[in-house]
Amino acid sequence: MKQFEILKKRRLAENVCEYVVYAPLVAKHALAGQFVILRTDEDGERVPFTVCDYSRNDGTVTILVQEVGFTTLRLSQLEEGDALCDFAGPLGNPTDLGQFERICLVGGGIGSAVIFPQAKQLMRDGKKADVILGARNNSLLMYADELGKYAANLYITTDDGSCGKKGFVSDMLLELLNEGKRYDCVFAVGPLGMMKAVSKLTEKLNIPCVVSMNSLMVDGTGMCGCCRLTVNGKTAYACIEGPEFDGHAVDFDEAISRSRMYAAKEKEHLCRIRGGIC
Amino acid sequence: MLKASRVPMPTRSAEERIRCFDEVALGYTPQLALEEASRCLGCKNAPCMSGCPVGVRIPDFIAKLKQGDADGAAAVIKGDNNLPAICGRVCPQENQCEKLCVRREKLGGSVAIGNLERFAADNATATSCARPEPCGLKVAIVGSGPASLSCAADLAKCGVEATIFEALHKAGGVLVYGIPEFRLPKALVQKEIDQIAALGVKIVKNVVIGKTLFIDELLEQYDAVFIGSGAGLPSFLGIEGENLNGVYSANEYLTRVNLMQAFKEDAVTPILLGKSVAVVGAGNVAMDSARTARRLGADVKLVYRRSRAEMPARAEEIEHAEEEGVEFVLLTNPVKILGEEGKVTGMRCVQMRLGEPDQSGRRRPVEVEGSEHDIACDEVIVALGTTPNPIIKQSMPSLETTKKGTIVADEWGRTSVKRVYAGGDAITGAATVILAMGAGKRAARAIIDDLCGKKD
Repeated sequence: MKQFEILKKRRLAENVCEYVVYAPLVAKHALAGQFVILRTDEDGERVPFTVCDYSRNDGTVTILVQEVGFTTLRLSQLEEGDALCDFAGPLGNPTDLGQFERICLVGGGIGSAVIFPQAKQLMRDGKKADVILGARNNSLLMYADELGKYAANLYITTDDGSCGKKGFVSDMLLELLNEGKRYDCVFAVGPLGMMKAVSKLTEKLNIPCVVSMNSLMVDGTGMCGCCRLTVNGKTAYACIEGPEFDGHAVDFDEAISRSRMYAAKEKEHLCRIRGGIC
Repeated sequence: MLKASRVPMPTRSAEERIRCFDEVALGYTPQLALEEASRCLGCKNAPCMSGCPVGVRIPDFIAKLKQGDADGAAAVIKGDNNLPAICGRVCPQENQCEKLCVRREKLGGSVAIGNLERFAADNATATSCARPEPCGLKVAIVGSGPASLSCAADLAKCGVEATIFEALHKAGGVLVYGIPEFRLPKALVQKEIDQIAALGVKIVKNVVIGKTLFIDELLEQYDAVFIGSGAGLPSFLGIEGENLNGVYSANEYLTRVNLMQAFKEDAVTPILLGKSVAVVGAGNVAMDSARTARRLGADVKLVYRRSRAEMPARAEEIEHAEEEGVEFVLLTNPVKILGEEGKVTGMRCVQMRLGEPDQSGRRRPVEVEGSEHDIACDEVIVALGTTPNPIIKQSMPSLETTKKGTIVADEWGRTSVKRVYAGGDAITGAATVILAMGAGKRAARAIIDDLCGKKD
């Protein structure tokens, strides 16, 4: 096997693929909640992806990639047997939900990649969690079957009602709480807007909320500060202090603004990889 | 000859250089090198040598140059300095070897030792160095910056099997991500790294020690570990507006441009191109950032809270920045970064005056009351220094560190953990390439002294 070879590629949704990458050194210490940084090509950019699964035996790390920008689209052009140029990790801190008993995992869109290893880990710890999974529509739902195996209860929502309940994950969470469900902690991962909504809701209800921040990064080791965000009024680095933070303390509006820093540039890049078709 | 003045380094014109990233200093021609070399008096006691952190035999290599023998000169330098083309360019010679040169102003100024070192390194034909017999020792080296490269090279020259682990996708540390192309061409850095690899040093990239592998694991497989992980964590101002879009740490700005090549039209890694950039700070990194921003087409103001006399950057860098049109806004301190819709629109500053000298001996800047004013800019680059990366410290609590986060080590690099050595910015905080190299060399010596013969 080649270093960083794509051993398996599976399309999970219209614009999302799962990649199983051969990286024994990364797999050796990887834990739920951590991320990797990869480059597809010699002149490629460095992009972080959450570790979605790993196998120490097989020396593999699984990532989920939503095709939204230049590198993710370039990744989608690679096939099984191709190798990535670089694949470094595991970076960031592993999740620590040890202090909580009754946990609700909330995944929006690609966020299911992050909550999947959590659900697995929690089951191993003997604490089966409730899982709320949401997406814009049925075709964008991911990992529902897999999560079904590890969750105490799995609740599905879609924006258009094409699968599960119509509405947002935060609506579902509120509904469950209204029905009398009690959680010590809500772990929410997904688009920034969704994490913001869940954080606001849980803050009002006084339930601890952990979010995983998917900031832009360059090195991912604390060298540049590209991934910085404001937590509790202070600057924090997502790469070395996170990626998980107290959702109630995160300045989401700033994070949303920072996530769009290169939006205009990205458009030009996409135009190039699609051969001039924007 | 006794009165001859120092031969100036030929440089590209300022007009030309702000339009490209090509190297500013062009290097001596053989004729100029000969002329400058002949100014060396060849002092028997060689005061210059005591100013060199790695102890290069300066009069000896210059003697070779006097005979037109660049190969011989390079061989003399390489006996002590594993990265001569790099040091010839980025060492602060004016504060080291050249400061101690007996040729003072009335004798035309000190011999241009750095320029001559560069000439020798650039003009010597590459020779393959014979690899010594393996001595049986294996050493793991963390990071691939100047401290690590010099430690690895010295170990390899003694037959030690040295393996470098680099977190990034490219070896060289600050030499590749920090120092710009126009001051230190990356092809040249690669050439010197290749020569170290040719000594038998293995370089493994994409391995973050403290994350991918732990030092305890390395100690199981290697006889010793050298930590040369540098001081890479950027400091910010701690003022409002610092996380607005358009505020970069100098580290991020330079990494995007140097390592990720964002200055190239077709680069995948993006960079925001400000029209009006304010660089905060006045060290070498601030000058590098300001000069890079000029080349990317911006009007650049360099904002510094003290006066020109206190600027920590090398005189040459300050002059080059000024020639290239960087405007110095002195005795000015930012108090808030202004923004609209999440983007930088300016910087609120206060006027400073110099008060009594502080611990560093420099006069302390004091705020002038009621002097608040705004500077318009659409990008801010913060170049206020860096502190050591915390990853290793966090992953190895038994390794003693200071409050500042630097690793505690003796002058030979021995840390609080047996068989673990450290050197460079990781123990000193941000300093120079050559001091890091000196630390790497001393640690290599200590590793061999401590471990050779003790192995069964």
